[in-house]
Amino acid sequence: MYIYLPIAEMSVNIFLILAMGGGIGFLSGLFGVGGGFLMTPLLIFIGVPAPVAVGTEANQIVASSVSGVIAHWRRGNVDFKMGAVLLAGGILGSSLGVLLFKFLQSLGQIDLAIKLCYVVFLGIIGGLMLVESVRTMLRARSASPRRGKLHQHNWLHGLPLKMRFRRSKLYISAILPFSIGAVVGLLSAVMGVGGGFIMVPAMIYLLGMPTSVVIGTSLFQIIFVTANVTFLQAVSTQTVDVLLAILLLAGAVVGAQFGSKYSVRLKGEQLRGLLAVMVIGVSSKIAYDLIVTPDDLYSIARLIVH
Amino acid sequence: MRTASTSLLLLVMTLVSAFAATAHGQALVADLSRHHVAITTGFTGAEVLMFGAVDGEGDIVVVITGPPEDVVVRNKQRIAGIWVNAQTIKFEGVPNFYAVASTRPLSEIATPDVRENQQIGAENIAVTVSIADRGRPAEELTTFRAALIRNKQNEGLFSREPGEITVLSNRLFRTGIHFPANMATGAYTASVYLFHEGNAVQSISTPILVEKVGVGAEIYNFAHRQSALYGIAAIIIAVFAGWLGSVIFRKV
Repeated sequence: MYIYLPIAEMSVNIFLILAMGGGIGFLSGLFGVGGGFLMTPLLIFIGVPAPVAVGTEANQIVASSVSGVIAHWRRGNVDFKMGAVLLAGGILGSSLGVLLFKFLQSLGQIDLAIKLCYVVFLGIIGGLMLVESVRTMLRARSASPRRGKLHQHNWLHGLPLKMRFRRSKLYISAILPFSIGAVVGLLSAVMGVGGGFIMVPAMIYLLGMPTSVVIGTSLFQIIFVTANVTFLQAVSTQTVDVLLAILLLAGAVVGAQFGSKYSVRLKGEQLRGLLAVMVIGVSSKIAYDLIVTPDDLYSIARLIVH
Repeated sequence: MRTASTSLLLLVMTLVSAFAATAHGQALVADLSRHHVAITTGFTGAEVLMFGAVDGEGDIVVVITGPPEDVVVRNKQRIAGIWVNAQTIKFEGVPNFYAVASTRPLSEIATPDVRENQQIGAENIAVTVSIADRGRPAEELTTFRAALIRNKQNEGLFSREPGEITVLSNRLFRTGIHFPANMATGAYTASVYLFHEGNAVQSISTPILVEKVGVGAEIYNFAHRQSALYGIAAIIIAVFAGWLGSVIFRKV
């Protein structure tokens, strides 16, 4: 059964879209990630124009983050104060990101920019995660657990504008979470992702937040940043396809439930290791596409005349 | 099914009037099975039948042209190991869609000059180079123009080979035109040419309107006309869907 997507202006098989939503929903439930970094490249791969893929995916992530944050909120795992500071940065970053997106689009370099961001950031994060999970697996076999400080302190914590974050048990400069929020917001707008895969490690390793509140807080922040991206993309480029978003999230909501059930069967470091392999896989595939000679060195783009 | 029988009835009626018309000295008459193509939610492309009658000897060529638009052609170059869009040339007035059908191969119907003049065949479509790019070397313009046509053909929007026109008893002709799902909305033109001894002796044109209708059209118009409101609506839908998902699956 085919359905015509009004904004993407293409006809797609409805079951293919539902299956993509379900499959990526399953993985996101399994690994506790948003899945945007998988969905956006996949949408581009099936022929959805890159700007529509990015704008629509932001809209879908709003939905998946809302469903995710409710569960964390009930358990009290959201640091709203930290979330608000991250968000302030996120709004600034994502707004700049949408402007940058439109600028790169006019230069004809948006596809390249999206792909390079994927290669660089997924490559780095995937590599770090793989190293970390392999180390944990090896350590689990030999050493005994050790106790130490809550977190490491470094010069970044000594910056001015110090704020107390009770839920995260931190007393740090607000500049730090604000900057992290801004960088992730910028990437979120350009890459069509929630940015959890960068946000979460940054919160743990740079801010030193306790792991228990990290996911809930990042989801809380992601809702508003992706909502901001959705709004700005809708206004500036008209590339948010509501119909496509609804189909994707219908599949994703169901898939995520099954995914989270399976996730309890695997150990944390095993999950992270698998996720790392997947992230590196996506990054390598995109890198390969950039390097290999395309079938046609010439491409065309319609200029939308208003 | 209903549309098929209606178009058949229409065909018969038109042909009857066509005979009457040719009897009065009009050498060429033609019409379409429909003048309106609606892009609905289930749209996967459309077939439109063009039919008519011709009086006397000659070849028939049918040309369908879509609404004009501006197209940018980009050339990739390898920079630091990766392929990057480097040069661009902008073409104006490029038809979004171009299809041609003929009774015989185009090369047998008319000389290249005539075909170029009448814009018959995808390679003869007249496109304008934007003012900013007119100073570029002629060789480069030719390469980019060829790339434009090739890419359009790969997208299924320009025909590669002319379609077939069926002729019955030397008088009646018909041909099916396929509109792909990725075509643009707007005003299309269907032209029929009667060629005699290498020259177009008569031609007629008729319009086809392609537009989005139904839910899809409303979403599109909403997104383009009230984009701020559309953005807010998209967010509300997503928040609601996310909440609904968490409620439904809490009990499971």
